[in-house]
Amino acid sequence: MSIAALCSDRVLLNDWHVIADLTNLSAHEPFQTRLLGVDLTVYCRGRYNKEVVRNDTGALVNATKRYGFLWACLGKPERDIVFVPEAEEEDRYLLTGGSIAVKVSGLRTVENFLDMGHFPFVHTGWLGEEPHTEVAPYKVELTAADELVATECKFYQPVASPTAKEGFVVDYIYKVIRPYTVALYKSNPVQKERLDVITLFVQPVDEENCVAHPFLCYLKDGSDEAGIRNFMQLIFAQDKPILENQLPRRLPLDPRAETPIRADAVAVLYRRWLRDKSVTYGAIPARM
Amino acid sequence: MITLYDYELSGNCYKLRLLMGMLGIEWKTVPVDFYPGREHKSDWFLKINPLGQLPVIDDDGLILRDAQAILVYLASKYDASGSWYPRDNPALLGEISQWLAFADGITGTASAARLHDALFYDFDVEAARAGAHRLFRILDEHLWFGEQEGRSWICSAAQPTIADIACFPYIMLSEEGGIPRQDYPAIRRWCDRVKRIKGFSVMSGVFPAGPAKAA
Repeated sequence: MSIAALCSDRVLLNDWHVIADLTNLSAHEPFQTRLLGVDLTVYCRGRYNKEVVRNDTGALVNATKRYGFLWACLGKPERDIVFVPEAEEEDRYLLTGGSIAVKVSGLRTVENFLDMGHFPFVHTGWLGEEPHTEVAPYKVELTAADELVATECKFYQPVASPTAKEGFVVDYIYKVIRPYTVALYKSNPVQKERLDVITLFVQPVDEENCVAHPFLCYLKDGSDEAGIRNFMQLIFAQDKPILENQLPRRLPLDPRAETPIRADAVAVLYRRWLRDKSVTYGAIPARM
Repeated sequence: MITLYDYELSGNCYKLRLLMGMLGIEWKTVPVDFYPGREHKSDWFLKINPLGQLPVIDDDGLILRDAQAILVYLASKYDASGSWYPRDNPALLGEISQWLAFADGITGTASAARLHDALFYDFDVEAARAGAHRLFRILDEHLWFGEQEGRSWICSAAQPTIADIACFPYIMLSEEGGIPRQDYPAIRRWCDRVKRIKGFSVMSGVFPAGPAKAA
């Protein structure tokens, strides 16, 4: 592991982050992980059968379970874990999608998740294919809840989901909920008026490493759990080598650092939104 | 029809998808929730394979486990050209078996490092990486000397064999385990040759090669 810088961003220190899929934790072996540069050990013991301990000080860290994940907050939790309304709907599978470690800043992982332009090239034959490469203009706005929402996103996808039988133009909505949390709503291929939801909780391991923890709320109609997880991992593992070859590994927030195009509107606003929130961890701050 | 019990991110499952694609065999897939569901250790799956490992195929009631064994079976049964596993050439069969065992060594090292880095397996990653580099060095030399003799593939045959298929996936995926291939130019050239075999398919993390330069 790289030498980890510690985080001083309050907005991150005082927020909840996923640190493990509960199914990956064993009753016998403590689980080692890292959050915001702090090494942590997870023990299956104590009153709630999960204890998270800082390796440096031995102190207990705030921890709780939700959506099939173990969550931790290094500071004082200032707000609750992100609420996923679709998780209350009974006709959906609620699945952890398979946590995968990626050697890049979590902010880069969020930004990649927001990008449709790469679909035909990285997810060829699944989420896109040539010659359908154009990203049509879409809307992006900052909501009253301080979330970034991109709507009217449309993209032709040959195999849009585990149950898709043919290509179709898929409607997408993206929502950036927290600096390291992003959600995607996309048309279900069976019930086209309803949306499947993938919420990606990204664990900032350190500034240049993250774990992507997808939480899947998929309509049960016509699908099965293994197929849904398989599809999620197939797609994410296509992104992984691309992400791991991005340089610099941290996300540059300076508007002059990289050259965006119209299709990157949501990424441009995401970077600005991070600047406005003074998020620096995992980023290369803008020059003054 | 062949049923493949499959996990998308498994290089061992990919070996079979790769060969079946090249042989033009049709198959259907049963996705197994390997991660995080550990379905390969579930009761129903242990009845199919008591070792709790993927891949497994079911070909008309014949159930086979072990990627290398299944490659032998598929090539013997379905390759009309007889070039992938030439049953009438004892010396070549010996060579192939030798490299199939080598492929298992790659799984035990390069694949283990990848599982450690990406999926949190509790392995000694430094030992796994060192082991993979040792094997890659041996294979790189072998391929380099082969190229000097006009040989393109791992075994002494004019055509690729199942040894090439068995070694390919976890070499291609090695960077995900922190094992770069810069120092193995003959391996890199061989990887591109494998990618240009007719019927080649990708898996997540493996990208197609561009067209070969005209000689």
